[in-house]
Amino acid sequence: MNWLLFNFLVFVFLLFLGYFFGTRANKNHLQSLIKKESELARLPAVATRFPPQDTVYEQTLVSGNTVIANDYFKFFLAGLKSLFGGSLYSYESLLDRARREAVIRMKQQADALGADLIFNVKYTTTNLAAGEQGASGMLEVFAYGTALIRPKSV
Amino acid sequence: MLVSNLEVIFGKKISKHLGLVQGSSVRAKHAGRDFLAGFKNLVGGELKAYTELLQESREEATERMIKQAEAVGANAVLNVRYSTSSIAAGAAEIYVYGTAVVLQE
Repeated sequence: MNWLLFNFLVFVFLLFLGYFFGTRANKNHLQSLIKKESELARLPAVATRFPPQDTVYEQTLVSGNTVIANDYFKFFLAGLKSLFGGSLYSYESLLDRARREAVIRMKQQADALGADLIFNVKYTTTNLAAGEQGASGMLEVFAYGTALIRPKSV
Repeated sequence: MLVSNLEVIFGKKISKHLGLVQGSSVRAKHAGRDFLAGFKNLVGGELKAYTELLQESREEATERMIKQAEAVGANAVLNVRYSTSSIAAGAAEIYVYGTAVVLQE
C-alpha cells in the first residue's frame, strides 16, 4: 500500500515539475521566437523552386535544426486526450515552435553570409523518441534551403 | 564544390549529368547526454546536445556525399535532399543525396 502511495506521489511530483518548468519554458521560447522573427523579417525564406533569373547570385546551402521535447505534464495530458481523439494542442504547439526555431537558425546562418533571400526551403521532421519507454514527445526539425547572396561587385 | 538544393543554376550550364551521389551517417546518443535528455523529457525544452549531435552527423553525411561527387569528377551537386530516420531507440540515420553534375560558366 505504501509503495502504491509512493508511486502516486512521485507521479504527482513529476506532473507538477513538468507543469511548472514546461509552461515557463514554453512561454520564454515563444517570446524569443517572436523577437528573433521580427529581427529577421527582412530576410524572406520561400518555398519556390526557381530563383529569380535577373541577377546572378552566389549561393550556398544553409540549414538549421533543433531537437525539442515536451514536458511530462503535457505528455500526460496528450495521452489522456488521445483516448478521445481530436487535436492534441500540446503537440501542435511543440511542432510549431520547433519549426519556427529551425527556420530562425537557418535565417541566422544566411544572414551571417549576407544573403538576400532563401529559396526552396524544405523541412524534415523526425521522431527521436520512437520505441523508447516513457519518453515524452522528443523530435527534431531540420530546415534547409539555398541562400542567395548578391555579389559585391554588381 | 557547389552544393545546392536548387535544380538549375542561373548563368551556368550543366554540361554533364553524372547521376545520383549520396552520403549517410548513423549516430547514437551518448550515455551522459542521454541522462540529461531524460531529465529534459520531464521539464520540456530544447535538447542542445542532440541538436549538436545531429548537426555533426549531417555534416559528416554531406562530406561523404561531396567525396563521392569528387570521385566521379563533378564540380557541383544539385537538388540536394536530406532525410532523417530514427532507426532504433537512441540512434538516427541521416541520409543526403543529390545529382552530381559538371557545371560550365
